[in-house]
Amino acid sequence: MIINAIFFYLFAGITVASAVMVIASKNPVHSVLFLILAFVNAAGLFVLLGAEFLAMILIVVYVGAVAVLFLFVVMMLDVDFAELRQGFLNYLPVGALVGAVLLAELLIVLGAWVIGPDVLKGIASPIPPASEINNTQALGLVLYTRYVYFFQAAGVILLVAMIGAIVLTLQHRPSVRRQNIAVQVARRRSTAIEVVKVKSGQGLS
Amino acid sequence: MTIGLGHYLSVAAILFTLGVLGIFLNRKNVIVILMSIELILLSVNINLVAFSSLLGDIVGQVYALIVLTVAAAEAAIGLAILVAYFRNRGSIAVEDINLMKG
Repeated sequence: MIINAIFFYLFAGITVASAVMVIASKNPVHSVLFLILAFVNAAGLFVLLGAEFLAMILIVVYVGAVAVLFLFVVMMLDVDFAELRQGFLNYLPVGALVGAVLLAELLIVLGAWVIGPDVLKGIASPIPPASEINNTQALGLVLYTRYVYFFQAAGVILLVAMIGAIVLTLQHRPSVRRQNIAVQVARRRSTAIEVVKVKSGQGLS
Repeated sequence: MTIGLGHYLSVAAILFTLGVLGIFLNRKNVIVILMSIELILLSVNINLVAFSSLLGDIVGQVYALIVLTVAAAEAAIGLAILVAYFRNRGSIAVEDINLMKG
């Protein structure tokens, strides 16, 4: 149990610290790298909670795809990030005020919650004991049966996002010459070559 | 020394607050605002998984999976809009984004 607590405080501490660095670091590349650190440690928290599949998905999807996408965009855009940080301290008082109020509200709610007596009766699909079936299998058993429409909706969302991202960023450059196979195949001798009679000593003008 | 639901909810609350604070502090930098939104969605996921694990109901993890999908789609679309905007205007400062005079 003590090991559990040690690892919880380790993961939680690094997650919160790197989240602070995400919003406070001067260089956006450092922000992205701290975001990766935050996600890896949140995956550690998920492992502690027994959600191993989600932990691995968090690493694969966030660290492998989303964070690398951020990194590409940050490095691709030629932006003066120092200029964008102007006024960071001007916004600090109102931001700190809003953050403090929000955190106080959340912690007040956190201090007063109780789980209602009926909640434990209404569990939709209980987690099977880990000795019988692992987390991935248990998730698959409900995700592909009872929640298959959610699964397909997630797929549609990803498809729409993919098409939208391609449509937004694809640009047609008229200066780039492309191969047109139909035109190549339709060439005849009359359009392709021309026989010229050259008189001796004159050449082609 | 036992770690209960409250500990995980505290971490999620702190992460959520940091995300909101990041949106306020980096008002000019769209990329950091998008990263703050990712932090907020991560805190939501921690809440869902914590309740799922502590109540013994696996549906919370299914919802966390859906939230993860939506977050990934949102990041892709947001960054695509950012790249398209940068190509047209040569800047990503938030106060320059006033084309629609809203």
